[in-house]
Amino acid sequence: MQVRSMHFKARAGEKLADAKLQVNLGRSKSKFVDKRAHAILDLEDFEATREAARQLRDLTLKDLDLWLERFEQEATRRGATVLWARDGAEVCQLVIDIGRRHGVSKVTKSKSMLSEEAGLNQALEAAGIQPVETDLGEYILQINDNEPPSHIIAPVFHKSKEDVSALFARTHHLPPKTDIQELTREAREVLRPHFLSAEMGISGGNFLVAETGSVALVTNEGNGRMVTTMPGVHVVITGIEKVIPTLEDLATLMRLLPRSATGQSISNYFSLLTGTARSGETDGPAHMYFILVDGGRAAMVGGEFAEMLRCIRCGACMNHCPVYQAVGGHAYGWVYPGPMGSVLTPLFAGMENAIDLPHAATLCNQCGVVCPVKIPLPDLLRRLREKQVERHLRPWSERLALNIWSWVAQRPAWYALATKFGVRYLNWLAGGQASIPVLGLAPEWTRGRDFPAPEGKTFRELYAARRAPRREASR
Amino acid sequence: MSSREDILGRVRRQLGRTAENAASGRAAMERHIAARAPGPRGILGNDLVGRFREKSAALSSSVEDIADLAQVPAAIARYLDSHGLPPQAVCWPRFAALDWQAAGLRVESRPARGTDLVGISGCFCALAETGTLMLCSGVDTPAALSLLPETHIAIVPAARVVAGMEEAWTLLRRESGELPRAVNFISGPSRTGDIEQTIVLGAHGPYRVHILIVASQ
Repeated sequence: MQVRSMHFKARAGEKLADAKLQVNLGRSKSKFVDKRAHAILDLEDFEATREAARQLRDLTLKDLDLWLERFEQEATRRGATVLWARDGAEVCQLVIDIGRRHGVSKVTKSKSMLSEEAGLNQALEAAGIQPVETDLGEYILQINDNEPPSHIIAPVFHKSKEDVSALFARTHHLPPKTDIQELTREAREVLRPHFLSAEMGISGGNFLVAETGSVALVTNEGNGRMVTTMPGVHVVITGIEKVIPTLEDLATLMRLLPRSATGQSISNYFSLLTGTARSGETDGPAHMYFILVDGGRAAMVGGEFAEMLRCIRCGACMNHCPVYQAVGGHAYGWVYPGPMGSVLTPLFAGMENAIDLPHAATLCNQCGVVCPVKIPLPDLLRRLREKQVERHLRPWSERLALNIWSWVAQRPAWYALATKFGVRYLNWLAGGQASIPVLGLAPEWTRGRDFPAPEGKTFRELYAARRAPRREASR
Repeated sequence: MSSREDILGRVRRQLGRTAENAASGRAAMERHIAARAPGPRGILGNDLVGRFREKSAALSSSVEDIADLAQVPAAIARYLDSHGLPPQAVCWPRFAALDWQAAGLRVESRPARGTDLVGISGCFCALAETGTLMLCSGVDTPAALSLLPETHIAIVPAARVVAGMEEAWTLLRRESGELPRAVNFISGPSRTGDIEQTIVLGAHGPYRVHILIVASQ
């Protein structure tokens, strides 16, 4: 998918001014938050489970090469083929090759963020293979000219039922429906024949289990089961960081993932898929492929952003983010929105292509508090900001201002003088009022708020004045 | 260089991999796998079946208790009748010999098709913690049967209700050694909340899940 993260500021402004979007965002934003808060209560010790999850994610990441080799060995032993892709282009080529090898004309897809990273649907279409998205949200986006998702687990978070109704009427040529139940039924009926006729199914993978060479798949709609049960070929596309040790560890992570994502104690369906159909089985794929994707992940291993690789893609950080809640996912300009996206996009798509994103946060740490694998998201965002400064990616005016400040701040006499003039200038600017409506040097800062006016003297001056009489009294 | 070598090479460089630390890393890996240590979890108490019943209902499954397997056909006939569903179904081979006819049902033991309305399956076991069914695919336990029909009826022997997923894995390792192609955990009817985060039952899988808990077999 093309990166449009350079324009976050402009797009965020547009999104804030989009009255319809604001209604749609407002309707749903508290639902995930409330459900999660309720769902974590029935775990005996949520914090202990979180800590265990953090540790076992770190366990595989600190020896990732060994765990990947182990996974590959186990998966291969059970009849699957394990392939590797450096980037999105290689993912597309591998999938097209597999499709051609098995004479595939149609592919049903369960949700895969990696396929969004790779722009797989467009590549399949160009190769003459029809991709059909089957997650209801992803399907709605596909029939709207491959619109990008605005949330990693709720792709049409930004749409109303009226929007969906109009899209369905246009695409299905059936009488328009506005009831959500009826719209869902219509999608079911349209997609069912595709499930039964597609020769190949593509899914993502929530976890790869090294002990058994299996992929674990979390879904609610049943489409994940369909695409991995009905077609003769199943392709799993997933990042190399998704490997976990054992089935017991899977149980621990599954206590956290659905609760953090949708506030469910368990997702409706949870499938552990291991190898190809056994002889005599009437369903299940005869061919199973894993495509393990790097796409910028290997470079993060063992480095200062390695903690981000723990991410299990639950979406809790964006659900709880005041910035995401205000602007929605599209403003972020790539596959992953919200705090996790603001960390991943610069690392996957290039720091220079996503200058605004590490700043698209108030660093309030809501995201860090709810993250089920304890990723310190605000720390990582701050580290990315530091990287931007180190690599001279910030605008010259900001760099100059910071250089001047740092020079002055290291010289107490200059600092005292500069602040003395500063407060008097601001005091004059306020003209006797308590606040300053427009700051000449930083007009953006005062666009949405007033700057409080200083009293006329600096802290140092006031402090010195207070100490002076006391010193005299003690004499 | 192949993509595999390229990617693994990058990971190894990042981690500072050497022959010595690879050997100790592998040993630690084998120890972790062999230990299969469960994570922190609560204690469920003794009434696992009661907990399973309560949690299943919370997930929008319906639950009925029956005394033995012979009562299954009559119970299913009553359920289908009360929901205005036709007296026809497909079932797993192991239930083919039940006296369906006496209950007025036409039940076939064959792979499910897209047009079948009712599927009758057993389960490998059931999880009390979350009210979840665990089904293993196999020659006599096809996975599509619990997925394609709009109504899924599952027969659960009370003795097969275990505490949680950890116990289910232990049971599976003990009884079958090797994993089946698919282990499907099913927690109520299929659902979606994609449109306006409003939960709707019956997305691509069943609209209804009815569970018959059989006291003795």
